[in-house]
Amino acid sequence: MNAVNDAVEILPDVHWIGAFDPTLRSFDIILRTANGTTYNAYLVRGSDGVAVIDTVKAEFADEFFTRLESVADYAEIRVIVLNHLEPDHSGALPELMRRAPQARLYISNRAPAMLKALLKPADDAQTLEYQTVATGDTVSLGSRTLRFLHTPFLHWPDTQCTYLVEDAILFSGDVFGCHHCDRRLFNDRCGDFRFAFDYYYAHIMRPFKTHVMSALALIEPLPLKLIAPTHGPILRDRPRRALARYRELSSDSLAERIDNAAPSLIIFYMSCYGNTAQMAEAIQIGVEENSNVQVSLYDLEGGEIAPFVDLIETANALVFGSPTINGDAVKPIWDLLSSLAVIDLKGKLGAAFGSYGWTGEAVRMIEDRLRGLKLRVPVAGLRIKLTPTEAELLACQEFGRALAAALVNGERGRVIDFADLG
Amino acid sequence: MAQAKITFADIGQTVNVPAGTRIIEISEKIGAGIIYGCREGDCGTCMMHVEEGWHNLTEPSVLEEKVLRENMAGRHDRLACQAQILGDCTIQPA
Repeated sequence: MNAVNDAVEILPDVHWIGAFDPTLRSFDIILRTANGTTYNAYLVRGSDGVAVIDTVKAEFADEFFTRLESVADYAEIRVIVLNHLEPDHSGALPELMRRAPQARLYISNRAPAMLKALLKPADDAQTLEYQTVATGDTVSLGSRTLRFLHTPFLHWPDTQCTYLVEDAILFSGDVFGCHHCDRRLFNDRCGDFRFAFDYYYAHIMRPFKTHVMSALALIEPLPLKLIAPTHGPILRDRPRRALARYRELSSDSLAERIDNAAPSLIIFYMSCYGNTAQMAEAIQIGVEENSNVQVSLYDLEGGEIAPFVDLIETANALVFGSPTINGDAVKPIWDLLSSLAVIDLKGKLGAAFGSYGWTGEAVRMIEDRLRGLKLRVPVAGLRIKLTPTEAELLACQEFGRALAAALVNGERGRVIDFADLG
Repeated sequence: MAQAKITFADIGQTVNVPAGTRIIEISEKIGAGIIYGCREGDCGTCMMHVEEGWHNLTEPSVLEEKVLRENMAGRHDRLACQAQILGDCTIQPA
């Protein structure tokens, strides 16, 4: 029977040497976890030396070193691999390098600048020893071989996976991980953590779906006995289910359900006295005249953030309508506009409109936020004082026509003029 | 003002721009795949590969050269937040 802080054997001479953090409830501010997380690190022994793959958060270093010492001496370590340099995986690195000074550090070719920022050498003369690696590069441990796969933006520029060729084990870094602390460690022994797996993907990997697909193209052809991520359970039982789930989550499910391929424009609005609502409906009429655009209209008062974020992810243009109250747009607008960090907004159009009583700042403020999110704002926002007249509603329709035209004219393949980028 | 055409090969999109425009001013707005980090030439996140028109971008600064070296940049790789367009070129994310 192993002691509590001994390493856990995955295969003969392949061990988990990470740490449990069961009391954590908030990770990196943005993620919640109902039962903590794990910081997974691994040790692989070959006939010609030992490799340590990833470390742990600094305050868990003692636990990590105790487990490491239960299966190897520091003098045996020839190779240290960091798949990702974020502090929860590199926290014990400086001390590990001090204890095993003979070991060579392997990082991805996009990681050196981060390594320097992390370790902060006293001056440029104090050089950091490391070897950068790219997809296909290998390191031999004699009887075992580590092969590297560069998987950038999953979820940082530096991220890579390390594949143990002879045993078909993928040390995947944060990819296929989750914040779920279960001391039984292997997915066939743990409790049900599927929600944690999906939640982690949604907050960490979702903004980088294109890069997820590129990484899957590298990983899927590999024989896979086991996936060993840096957080959460080790995926020993049917590891390919994790690949299939990532592919499913990264596919554009909403787009697949819409038969026509027309670009999508969504109008979101809030209205106090029905004036901004009237504007929204008139804008919709203007957009509808363009049969090449699919338009949808939503009152934020009747919806929740999460499904709207899903809609926004697959839309091509976003139009927000808000009255001005005490010099600001209303809170539901800001709630939605501050919930978009989990999706990729590149290439979308944005626009704003609203009725106002005496000041009317909301429209410009929303436009500024849209530009801050790097959306193009090709048509100047439309403001109307209190109740729209017939002529003003016609102006709203014209606003809708102009947006639809900008959307169609900006379709890929056409040459865009810089002045139209907004 | 002199104009130039920049083509983003990953999405097949061309934009007419005034000479001197930085690529960072365009790429996100049209949906190209370049991802930015610091936006000021320090982190190397926005490294891109120039497929055509290498000489139609401004010369890299000493700082950009340093960051490119640190990020193991290949030949004809540049930082999208730094490079300014002087003539026609085609680029894609590195």
